[in-house]
Amino acid sequence: MAKMEIKIGGFGGQGVILSGYIIGRAASIYDNKYATMIQAFGPEARGSSTSAQLIVSDEPVAYPYITAPNLMVLMSQEAYTKFSGELVSGGTLITDEELVTPHNLRNDIKHYSIPAARFAEELGKRMVSNIVMMGFTTAITKIIGEKAMGEAVKVSVPKGTEKLNHLAFVKGLEYGRKLVE
Amino acid sequence: MQDESGVLTGAHFIDGDHACSEGAIAAGCRFVAGYPITPSTEVVERIAERFPFVGGVFIQMEDEIASSIAIQGAVWAGKKAMTVTSGPGFSLMMEHIGYAAMTETPCVFVNVQRAGPSTGLPTMPAQGDMMQARWGSHGDYGIIALCPNSPQECFDFTIKAFNLAEQFRVPVMLMMDECVGHMIERVVIPPPNEIKVFKRRYYRGKKKDFLPFKPEKDLVPPMIKAGDGYRFHVTGLTHDEKGYPSMTVGTQAKLVTRLSDKLKVNEDKIIEYREDGVESAELIVITYGITSRTAIPAIEQARKEGMKIGHLRLITAWPFPAKRIHELASKVKAFVVPELNLGQMVYEVERHAGSGVKVEPVSHAGGTVHDPKEIYTAIHRLMKG
Repeated sequence: MAKMEIKIGGFGGQGVILSGYIIGRAASIYDNKYATMIQAFGPEARGSSTSAQLIVSDEPVAYPYITAPNLMVLMSQEAYTKFSGELVSGGTLITDEELVTPHNLRNDIKHYSIPAARFAEELGKRMVSNIVMMGFTTAITKIIGEKAMGEAVKVSVPKGTEKLNHLAFVKGLEYGRKLVE
Repeated sequence: MQDESGVLTGAHFIDGDHACSEGAIAAGCRFVAGYPITPSTEVVERIAERFPFVGGVFIQMEDEIASSIAIQGAVWAGKKAMTVTSGPGFSLMMEHIGYAAMTETPCVFVNVQRAGPSTGLPTMPAQGDMMQARWGSHGDYGIIALCPNSPQECFDFTIKAFNLAEQFRVPVMLMMDECVGHMIERVVIPPPNEIKVFKRRYYRGKKKDFLPFKPEKDLVPPMIKAGDGYRFHVTGLTHDEKGYPSMTVGTQAKLVTRLSDKLKVNEDKIIEYREDGVESAELIVITYGITSRTAIPAIEQARKEGMKIGHLRLITAWPFPAKRIHELASKVKAFVVPELNLGQMVYEVERHAGSGVKVEPVSHAGGTVHDPKEIYTAIHRLMKG
């Protein structure tokens, strides 16, 4: 991996920004890589469409915005409709199987999906679906080491929820591993 | 447990605003007054959260005018202090920037620039306050302005800003922008003993000989603080070495000339810039702040195509490295100056480059950062055209 431009999309409250933050933190603090995350500051509110964008690279990042995303993690239908066209040819698209119906799915990209929200509900809290998604993304893309991601999840989630989030991360990770094996 | 040093040693993944707060704490700042404004709000949010644990005081003031003078009271009471704002608030602070310059009150003004004029684009970046930082208050005076391009530099340069303020007793501006302020990257905070902090220049002589505005050799007078038993008077009126109003042509000339000269005679200790490939360059791109990053893909592209392109990045926009620009002007055929404004620092480049060299602005009204292609196009046109 030389350079990954990543976009995470969903609706406010799903933990979209936290997901981006965890990837960036894992890469730059626990995995000897460089990460630059840009926060889109708009009138986003809970329930409306939101996105996080970041660059993960083996080298320092000069230009901070993403221009040609090669990885997208989309957790809502609206995000799919709005963003999936921007993904570069050959890029990787990851969606929540039950929240996103991939209409007119492009045939020049790789697509993986996971019922992350359902898994999260089964674990007891729908709120951790973004962490299931992060585990899945780690297994599929291998952009960042599993250990680094696990560590970043642990230190980034609210205190007292570490165990639940760890389970969510492992759930996504294992589901992803099976899929790529 | 209160940790007096307050330094958050370690590696963090934080944004430029938060890094600025940590820089202030590490520099020993213990008083911040502000009127929160996007995109600088996160700086004071973090200060408000962290200060109770390090013995600091944060006050959310009624406006920016009050904020910018409250910090100066704190300084004369012995604290290191700063205020934090963005364009509209910066405009309101101009009067007190002049007051800080006139009274030689060391303090830091953080301006996380957003697109203006007026309310403009509150959540989007610009570099439109560069001339205002230098000339915004009335009368003749000098300031120092630093331009960070990453969260790490927001930490480092906030410390630098405090150090320069103390060393030269001037207001120092940290000219961030929305992109750098809200950008999240790794920030490494060293242990407290590895952080250089310039202590206030306190007067050490005999009490009876004390003159509050009598300069030392470098034209900077040492300070005292309220409560130490010295008689002193601080005024924005033209004053003599005793600090008392002396409204004469002679006192005005002596004081105002020294305020300007103290930066000039010390400019080698203040001016900072970074150069990359300028010695063999035929064209040099001059940047500062976020533009120093957006120009890199353009410079790399041009170099790949065999063009000899240098990069000079201003760390201090003010004082401006006039001598260096003049020197380089004789060696290159053009300067390209991309800015997130319609042309501000480019005037300074033109002024010092002289007429023998082309100076080309790459202007942008703000709201986002440059597309590197715009900078490349200017380079290409001047090199091949």
